[in-house]
Amino acid sequence: MEVIFMLIGFSLLVALIFLALFFWAVKSGQFDDQHTPSIRILFDENKPTQKQNSSTTNKKDQD
Amino acid sequence: METDILTTEGTSCFHCGEECSSDAIQVDEKPFCCEGCKLVYQVLEENDLDNYYQLQDQPGTSQLGSTARKRFDYLDDESLLEKLADFQNDHITRLSLYIPGIHCTSCVWLLENLYKLNEGITQCSVNFLKRELSLTFDHRQTSLRQIAELLNSIGYEPDLRLDRFEKKAKTRPDHRLWLKLGVAGFAFGNIMLFSFPDYLAGTSTDLDGTFSFFFGFLNIALALPVLFYSSSDYLKSAWAAVRQGGVNLDVPISIGIMSLFGRSVYEIVLGIGTGYMDSFTGLVFFLLIGRIVQKKTYERLAFDRDYRSYLPLSVTIVDDEEKEHSISINKITEGVRMLIRNQELIPADATLLSDQCFVDYSFITGESEPVKIEEGDTIYAGGRIVGKSALMVATREVSNSYLTKLWNDAAFDSESKGMDVSSLADRISPHFTLAVLAIAMAAALWWLPAGAEQSINVFTAVLIIACPCALALSTPFTLGSVLNILSRSGLYVKGIEVVEKLAKVTDVVFDKTGTLTRSDQADVTFKGDILKKQDKEMIKSVCKQSVHPLSQKIVTFLGGIPLRPVEQFEEQVNKGLKAMVNGHHILIGSASFLEEQSGGSFSDQEISGRAVSVVHVAIDGKWRGWFELSSMYRRGIPELLSGLKEQFSTYLISGDNDQQKQELEVYFDKESLLFNQKPQEKLDFIKELQHRDRRILMVGDGLNDAGALQQSNFGIALTDNVSSFTPACDAILDGDAISMLDRFISFARKSIHIILWSFGISLVYNIVGLSFAVTGHLSPLVAAVLMPLSSISIMVFTSVTTHLTAKKMGLAAWK
Repeated sequence: MEVIFMLIGFSLLVALIFLALFFWAVKSGQFDDQHTPSIRILFDENKPTQKQNSSTTNKKDQD
Repeated sequence: METDILTTEGTSCFHCGEECSSDAIQVDEKPFCCEGCKLVYQVLEENDLDNYYQLQDQPGTSQLGSTARKRFDYLDDESLLEKLADFQNDHITRLSLYIPGIHCTSCVWLLENLYKLNEGITQCSVNFLKRELSLTFDHRQTSLRQIAELLNSIGYEPDLRLDRFEKKAKTRPDHRLWLKLGVAGFAFGNIMLFSFPDYLAGTSTDLDGTFSFFFGFLNIALALPVLFYSSSDYLKSAWAAVRQGGVNLDVPISIGIMSLFGRSVYEIVLGIGTGYMDSFTGLVFFLLIGRIVQKKTYERLAFDRDYRSYLPLSVTIVDDEEKEHSISINKITEGVRMLIRNQELIPADATLLSDQCFVDYSFITGESEPVKIEEGDTIYAGGRIVGKSALMVATREVSNSYLTKLWNDAAFDSESKGMDVSSLADRISPHFTLAVLAIAMAAALWWLPAGAEQSINVFTAVLIIACPCALALSTPFTLGSVLNILSRSGLYVKGIEVVEKLAKVTDVVFDKTGTLTRSDQADVTFKGDILKKQDKEMIKSVCKQSVHPLSQKIVTFLGGIPLRPVEQFEEQVNKGLKAMVNGHHILIGSASFLEEQSGGSFSDQEISGRAVSVVHVAIDGKWRGWFELSSMYRRGIPELLSGLKEQFSTYLISGDNDQQKQELEVYFDKESLLFNQKPQEKLDFIKELQHRDRRILMVGDGLNDAGALQQSNFGIALTDNVSSFTPACDAILDGDAISMLDRFISFARKSIHIILWSFGISLVYNIVGLSFAVTGHLSPLVAAVLMPLSSISIMVFTSVTTHLTAKKMGLAAWK
């Protein structure tokens, strides 16, 4: 049963690593802005090839 | 003539979506409404940034209105840059700019690709909700001025205002609450895991002694940071309250926290039990969740603006060598000559040097008609120049001007407001704490015959189980939901602590101009000959050229008809417009202007009593009729006013004249209608009502209401554009939602009832828990089940009931 001591030690270590990761995430500002990243994911890095057809079809509905 | 309309109808600008006149500028087979929009398109096209137009259709903001190019040369001022920058070393500057124009996906994309347009920019990222652009740039390669000019040229003018420079201290967001929550959650989870064998075994003695000991000390080790770090806010606040001789909600919470921790350490160290560390960490964890909900605010909205937010950052001055350059308004001193252009604000009291000018004081007084100022007259700060630019000499510094005087009133002393009403939970706390202590003492005395140890056990058990966790959670969770629901309907409340004030108002005071009526629209009727479609088009085209409010209202009234090219346009401020359209000579303006221009006589027309302004029209010298403009009430105002009158005393205080008195007498009592009120008089009126023990809800819009809003118990600033400037207030209301004001108030009232109900529920839990405690049966397992259960059920109960109530009242409960 002494192996429990070791296992508990490891499990705590893993949990501490996660806690440290959480601290890092908070401090690097990941909890400051929770909206913009959801917009940013829509961007294509490389320029789209077809230029005209997608944007000129429907005119007056922004937003 | 009718046919050519069809071809041009429905052309909207590729950049901004504005309708274009028939002579729209065509580039790459795309229509643009103006040079500005075309320019932006070309800049983006050249730099391979046309992805901007693919993420969203017509994402731009119209460049049509931006007449004079903004000047940014004051940004070269080193000391200003120092104040603005978040970080600066010998080659890098980092700062954030507020850009109100950010509104869609394309905006974010373009602004984050700004480095492609300016080599010096090394990094840029957007915070959409705050409408903020964070920039890092190499100030050896570029300057803030160049960046500001670049942003301005692509239609994202940064909004640089004085108050932003002076409140630079709180730039970094507060992360501590999240970290505290993280620590508490981490300890809570692990301690539960270590306590699990105990839950199953029932008593600690069944477990192997070494394990029990090991787990016990691990639990203490994990709980220590929770006590000293996570729960420190509660302990500190309770200590501060006790030292001042008061009891707030944090006092009973701290008693619970201390007894939980103390009792647990005692049990573990002596080896007589496993302690309540799981309950302890769980309690702190849930309390902190409540705190996070409570802290939620609308970051992009500012509720504490003062006069400095209204003033521009810089002003153009003319120096002794007759050279123009712009300086920051802080540096305005007596005797400086300022050049104020059309639509610019006057930053400091001044004397006019030009022959004459027209000043729109609607910002300060609520009067919408521009005032004529002659040479040598005094102009007050806060006025807006209409028409020709004016040269004036400053007579006072900005901080001593008439406009800023209002802010010296005691109402703006932040300490005097806010302290008067403590929250419901805080008011209950003293009684609650006393009751708990009494029960604990009584139980301890009762058990004294069974031995001191048992007596202390029961005493601490009562303190533990009676910890008002649910009490602390119900307010933030209920009011947090209320804030969300209200914001979905258009009322943005500053924070949960003011909802109670909204629930308790007895009197409602309205401002008129801009609040009950719309300042940008008017009831327009045309009388005279019937206008043909072609005539309307010509009138609209001419009016569109003018910035005068009346012209703008006529443009809105004529609606979506195509525009025609206008030639020889001429505007005489406050008199009228003259132009040629399609070879027709058009005159629009006052009767005297038309008489003067064409020689006819128009004096004897029957103008109805309601009309505030009259605009005559003549085409080719022939008089065709006149537009009658009267202020237009917002939608639902009559119903709202008659509804409110049944429940509250209602008042109207207006800076305007009493032209509409008769109309308004239907909705207000005669003596509660006040006209020609100056800002200070409005404030005093509210004060006087408060002396009669009334609690006032003030609804206003402009700077002229700022004092009254601040003095009132609950000030609502009304605006048609939520991200635009509003005076300091408790809540910002979307102009279209004003008709729901009565529902908002009764919803706030109901939410207070919900909090009371949840107090009732937590009382039931407490009675059950106490019955365990006083009978000496509070095992760690019972505590570990009961405490989170009560917290979670309070969270669920309050949010579900609040949403259901909202749904029943017809407010937008869910997205």
